[in-house]
Amino acid sequence: MTHDFEPATRDTRVVLDSDDISRALTRLAHEVVERTHGATNLTLMGIPTRGADLAVRLAAKIEQIQGQPVPVGALDVTMYRDDLRLRPARALQPTTIPADGIEGRLVVLVDDVLFSGRTIRSALDALSEHGRPQAVQLAVLVDRGHRELPIRADYVGKNLPTSKSESVQVQLVERDGIDQVTIEQA
Amino acid sequence: MKHLLSAADLTREDAITVLDTASQLAAATAQGVGKLPPLRGRTVVNLFYEDSTRTRTSFEAAAKRLSADVINFSAKGSSVSKGESLKDTALTLEAMGADAVVIRHHSSGAPHQLANSGWISGGVVNAGDGTHEHPTQALLDAYTLRRHLRDNTGDLAGVKVAIVGDVLHSRVARSNAILLQTLGASVRLVGPPTLLPFGVETWGCEVSYDLDSSLDDVDAVMMLRVQRERMNAAYFPSAHEYSNRYGLNSVRAARMPDHAIVMHPGPMNRGMEITADVADSPRSVIVEQVSNGVSVRMAVLYLLLGGTEGTA
Repeated sequence: MTHDFEPATRDTRVVLDSDDISRALTRLAHEVVERTHGATNLTLMGIPTRGADLAVRLAAKIEQIQGQPVPVGALDVTMYRDDLRLRPARALQPTTIPADGIEGRLVVLVDDVLFSGRTIRSALDALSEHGRPQAVQLAVLVDRGHRELPIRADYVGKNLPTSKSESVQVQLVERDGIDQVTIEQA
Repeated sequence: MKHLLSAADLTREDAITVLDTASQLAAATAQGVGKLPPLRGRTVVNLFYEDSTRTRTSFEAAAKRLSADVINFSAKGSSVSKGESLKDTALTLEAMGADAVVIRHHSSGAPHQLANSGWISGGVVNAGDGTHEHPTQALLDAYTLRRHLRDNTGDLAGVKVAIVGDVLHSRVARSNAILLQTLGASVRLVGPPTLLPFGVETWGCEVSYDLDSSLDDVDAVMMLRVQRERMNAAYFPSAHEYSNRYGLNSVRAARMPDHAIVMHPGPMNRGMEITADVADSPRSVIVEQVSNGVSVRMAVLYLLLGGTEGTA
């Protein structure tokens, strides 16, 4: 999973545009409300950087449906990764825990792309440092397959069959000035 | 970067990365995460040839909070007091599998020697060498300044800092003069001519012999300890005379702008370079400097040891 911005080339194709992303998030919001029985005990934790942006958007959509604000935070998993030694030390991202914490809450982790599952494994470790949620679920905008761990998403915006050599890039207005998901052939 | 030997090793971007990392680590600590995992299985040796409580315990706490194993090795009560050379000590530590050595030494240049000799393969962090440098102190001072004066982001452009006192013997002053200027701050060195080093005009700092006229436009005053243990000559007539002319008392502190902060790297000689009422006043950030020191040293150890070796 990489987020490096590359100008569109012949080998890059857009798989979700701005409207697709918005519709997918709306559907995810409804699914979360349904499966959590009204989202009353819900806390969203986004994984920086773009997962955190998506969590904020998802929280806003759930609030529109339910009329109640949803606690939303960000969870940096960098120091919990299993591949720290394989790359130079990485910059840390902010972790923010909502005021009520995560103890006893139904936490939905939010990320942009689900690939190997290693980021989510790290997130589960990072989350446990902050308390013991009642349950943890996972929402992703894109599931591109190729899992390396026994991890699956509870809410998926779009299943995107890819080959391992392709890279999936999620761009969001908050950081990239545009909402789109592209696949690039390596 | 593999070693941190001098504040001059850091570009503006490097320094900001350290400060940003420190602030994320401080936030994790504030959120109640007592121990973080990134240095699990790594060994950090604290090799201290000089007495130190705050720096050694600060490095020890930093390494332990990142889950590293810590070996404390002080010259007193070790084979060093039996005459072992730095080289043999280093080879011993290498044989024990040290991933990083945090060294404090009374000789300027000892960390450089250790890093470049080939005696050890791990990283070297300079925790103070002679009258040369103390880069992590400069980083924690920059962090403290940035938190109070620049909302904990970016650099220190436009910040004015007076560093006052025994600049000659101060590795803290030397590292700060380099780092603060790298981050865009301007530095004024204030002290008696006898305690300003030869060649100080090449440091790029303003130099003043008069404290009273040096306070009304600064954002921070950093008081230095008078290092009597390094003084082999009469640098000033008497302690009383020194504190009269260069001590920070409440009358002088009142000349500082309202927002300006008072710093001291410790240990303080209360009544000498700083009076107790100023050291304990609301504008004093001296105790906070200590807790910031742990966060900044965690950041340095994480950036040096948290990834693949030698590429951070």
